[in-house]
Parts: sequence; structure tokens; C-alpha cells
Amino acid sequence: MSKSLKLAGVLITALAAASPALAQTKIDATTTTTTASEARYHIGRAPTAAEVKGWDIDVRPDGQGLPEGKGTVAQGEKLFMDNCSTCHGEFGEGNGRWPVLAGGKGSLTADNPVKTVGSYWPYASTLFDYVRHAMPYGSAQSFKTDEYYALVAYVLYLNDIITDQNFELSNKNFTSIKMPNEQGFFMDDRTVSEKAFWQKEPCMKDCIPPVKITARAAVIDVTPEDAKDGKPRGVE
Amino acid sequence: MSKGQDPIGAPRQSRRAFLTAAGGMAAMALAKPAAAAGNPANQPPNVPEWSKVLGDGVAVRPYGKPSKFEKDVIRRDVEWLTASRESSVSFTPLHELEGIITPNGLCFERHHGGIAEIDPADHRLMIHGLVERPLILSLEELKRYPRVNRIHFMECAANSGMEWRGAQLNGCQFTHGMIHCVQYTGVSLRTLLEEVGVRSNGKWLLVEGGDAAGMDRSLPIEKALDDCIIAYKMNGEALYPEQGYPMRLVVPGWQGNLWVKWLRRIKVGDQPWHTREETSKYTDLLPNGKARRFTWAMDAKSVITSPSPQAPIRHGRGFTIVSGLAWSGNGKVKRVDISLDGGRNWRPARLDGPILDKALTRFYYEFDWTGEPLLLQSRVQDETGYVQPTKAELRKVRGVNSIYHNNGIQTWHVQSNGEVENVEVA
Repeated sequence: MSKSLKLAGVLITALAAASPALAQTKIDATTTTTTASEARYHIGRAPTAAEVKGWDIDVRPDGQGLPEGKGTVAQGEKLFMDNCSTCHGEFGEGNGRWPVLAGGKGSLTADNPVKTVGSYWPYASTLFDYVRHAMPYGSAQSFKTDEYYALVAYVLYLNDIITDQNFELSNKNFTSIKMPNEQGFFMDDRTVSEKAFWQKEPCMKDCIPPVKITARAAVIDVTPEDAKDGKPRGVE
Repeated sequence: MSKGQDPIGAPRQSRRAFLTAAGGMAAMALAKPAAAAGNPANQPPNVPEWSKVLGDGVAVRPYGKPSKFEKDVIRRDVEWLTASRESSVSFTPLHELEGIITPNGLCFERHHGGIAEIDPADHRLMIHGLVERPLILSLEELKRYPRVNRIHFMECAANSGMEWRGAQLNGCQFTHGMIHCVQYTGVSLRTLLEEVGVRSNGKWLLVEGGDAAGMDRSLPIEKALDDCIIAYKMNGEALYPEQGYPMRLVVPGWQGNLWVKWLRRIKVGDQPWHTREETSKYTDLLPNGKARRFTWAMDAKSVITSPSPQAPIRHGRGFTIVSGLAWSGNGKVKRVDISLDGGRNWRPARLDGPILDKALTRFYYEFDWTGEPLLLQSRVQDETGYVQPTKAELRKVRGVNSIYHNNGIQTWHVQSNGEVENVEVA
């Protein structure tokens, strides 16, 4: 990685020397970031502040990106009943195959874990970010800022993370919300914990005792089939 | 039964009847080639109609399509998997394809808010945050930046995810078809990051889509500066709408979810955002109740595409071609081995065609099939030395609830009659 970056840096430096349009760029290979006093191609323009504001709606766990606003659990309950409960159920239990939002506490080591906002999600900010980006399903980005706060407050209430029905969630108190499973995640460690999968010479002969079939997909019988065919679709 | 020769509406056996009869048919079918297929009136010594009359002229088919006899080579979905078609997945018919390039119309789909139909004249890409010069680009402006062409596979993190608990879906289209491999043309993300000038504290990128799901993911700056592309062409032509028209992110070797389609915004920051798609989803729960996050790379994996449940052996005993695909998100495929006995003994497969970095690689194994039942497996090793593990080895570390990143070795049971089934062995 660092080698290829350095190489790329060298190449770009060489290019820069050969082309006046590129002359202003300097590559700082040690920090893998770029610094330049001037754009290299001058294609495109700077967005206006209003343009950035219209699209810049992401929110981070430290609260960066939270818009000014507020909403109570009670306000959120009404919004949820009118806009969300058809799919997610009145208590966030999920209708049919639609996602379950609440419950499942303590189930993460169970045979069938129930991963919800309360049982699994590490940060409340994710709820705000996601609901504002994508919900309600089919009419995204249709609520006012205060309504997002109210909805997030209600979903947290359904998960017993907010317990007071009169609680008003706002950009000022948002980061005081702590999620039960915040410590439940760790960085990808496959190169360490699965180190045994890297081998010099894979075994070729008499590697294991003779095997038997232990499970069959045809017995489970859930593969889509053509109506008359009776075989997995795609069989001629 | 060969393609297109099936009389439409002819009564066929039900699945149950087929399964019941299969045992009895086995002996009969053993080593006996399939009956000569087709309509003798079109075959020598007769002269078929198409040798006598004129066919369609040029541009009668202004955008070509496959032969009507290939009508079964299509994407398919599994309805019970998801609540809604707009947030769902369809599967690439791997069992019908050869080589390493996936035709654009057959590339599997994964949407979270349906296919955004975007007028390219109205699409904008915004780059802002911890940069010296925020930028907004139209598609036409993006196309004025220097271009790169790269062939890469794109695999959904959930590919084979339904198989964690055992053999479930009967066909490599369903067990392995959340993958495609095309040649992308676009602009190196590094080029654009140099254009805007990333500040020294800019360590992460938020990449966001313009569809109704507004997919947002955090991407570390090292990867962004390494080999990512903002692509606007696939296999030479514009991206298909279902693949992110007019522009998508290409993140070679990493899970498909990061390949944000309909890309509208890149924001540079100093920390990851922990969005829904990297907390609630695309985190991998382990037996102790803790979950891995940011499991970006797709490990080395392979599958035999033929024979497979949707592509049984029809020709009886004799010279038989095993064809398959291998790939690794960590580099190039180094070797592929084949087992006929469920992993007890292995022999090297033959790699054919280009062997590219983080791309599908085609392999073959040719042998004389005696008609005996087989437990077919393939096992890839990539250039880092990583050897594709068995499902049992994976489950030993991860349990059965991690949903994503199932790259375990697939077993096909080839029966004496040439039918093939998805099985597990131990």
C-alpha cells in the first residue's frame, strides 16, 4: 500500500514537471494526503453554501451534523403511528417481514438473535442519519427537522433508552444518549483471528477421512421454481 | 432436453414426482447419453427454413438482444428473502456464463430504495468537507478528467449468506450469484481528491447515493487514494440504471455495499460516520455477542458453475468439463484445486483467460466421468497465500449468525444420472 502510494506520488511528480497544468500540485506521500495551492484541471466549480447545505445531512456519533431542532416522545408517537407503524408495528415490533425496531435485548448470543435499535445499534446518531436519509420508505426526506427529532425520540422510547414520555430530544442534548450496545463492536480482525487460513501449501492427498452428505438443499426445498417445471429455475 | 426445443405447455413432472422417481431413473440414466434433441425436420439431410428465407435486416434490432433460445439466461430473485422488491436482491445466472465478464443486463442487482431513474443533465457530484477547494461536477465535467479502465468483481457482502446454517438454495445462481465482474471506465478517485486538495486531517470519506435510500458509507482515505474509481461506463457503455447510472463508486476487492450507486456526494472528514449500513447492517455478529465492524475486504472464494444444480450433466459418462470462477478481494488468484470426493483429495485446475487483480478468474478441470457419484468442490488460493476455508472452518470461528462474508467451500453432489444438488459434507 505505502509502496504503491509512493510510486504514484513519484509518477504524479514526474507528470507535474512535464505539464504546466499540473505544476501546482504537491503530493505528501508520508501522510497519504494531498496539498495543492491550485486546482489541477479547473474542471467543475465550487458549490455554493446553499448547495452544500441542501445535501449535507449526515450525522456522526459525536453529534457533528445535527441540525438545530427538537421534538418530544409524544410528538414522535403520533408521527410514528401515522407514518411508520403500518410497516414497523405500533411498538416497533415489525409487521410481517418488515424490520423490527425494538426489543431483542440480550439476544445477541442466542441461536436466533433479534438485532434492533435497542439491542444492537451502537449510536443514536445512526438512527437520526438513517431516518432522515431514507425514511419513511417510499417518501424519504419528507419530514421537517423537528419531526425527525420527535421520531428518533419515540424509537428510543420504544427501546427503553429514553424512559420519560415528556422527554424532548434536541441537537443540544442528543449526544447525552448512550446506546446499550455501544461497546459491542470491534474492528475487523480477520488477518489475526483467522490467520490459520493463510497456508504455504494446501493439502492435496488424503487430507481428511472420507466424508458423507450431512445436509441437502433439496430437502429444505425453498429454491424458487418455475411453476410447471419442478426444478430450480434456470434448469433447461 | 436442449434449449428452445421444449414444447410449450407440455406436461412435466412435478418436483415431488421428480424426486421420487429420481432414484429409479438413476440406473437407467447412468452412462446413457441424453436422447438426440431437436426437430429432425431442421437437421441433415433436410434444409431448415432459416437457410431459405431472409432474416431481419440491419438495424431492425437497433440494440441487440440474446437469441430467443437463451430466454432462461436471466436474473432471478428469491421472493421470501426480503419484504419488498425495492429493497432486495436479484442474482446473476452464473451457471450459464463463461469467461470472466458479466453481461451488463445480467449483473445482479441490490437496491435499498429501488432503481433511481436519473436524468444525467440534472445529476451532480459534490465533494466537500475537509478539502481546500470544494467541487461540484456534472457528468460531462467528470468525463473531462483523465480516464482509467479496470476490470473488477463486485460481490455483495451477503453473497452465500443464506447458506451459513446449511445447504439451502439449490443452484449457484442463488448461492453465489450476488456477484458480477465488468470493465469499468471512469475517473480515479485519487485524481478528484487531488483536485480538491484533502486537508491533512481528512482521514475518512462519506460516500452517499442519490437514490431514495440515500446510502451513505464511510471509506478510509487510504483506500480512497489507492484504487477507487468513480465509474460512468461498464463494459464500454453507460452504466445501467440498476447499476447506478450515471455514476457509481468502484471499490476494488471490497464488499459491494460500499460501491455506492447514483453517487451524489463525497464528504471528507476526520472520523467514520457509523452509518446504518456499517452498524445495523454489514457488521458481522460472532458467537460471543460481539460484532466485527468495517469488514471491508471480500476474501478468496470460488465456485463450480457447471456442473451445478441448474446445470446438470446431460451427456452421460465420458469427457466432462468442470467450469468455475475464483476471485479474491486481496489480490490475484494464484491457484484453484478441484476435489471429486468432498475435499479428501485435490488436483490442480487450469486457469484460463486473464488473471487480474481483484477480478473474477475462470478455471477448468477436464476429466473422464465414469458415471459415479461425485462430491465436487473447488478451493482457491490467492497471491497472499490465503486458502479458501471450508464452511466448517468458518463456522468454528464465526458461528452461524454473522450473515455476511461466507466464502466457504461449496459442495455439489453429482448423482449417477447427472443431476446435481447443493449439499454439505462432513
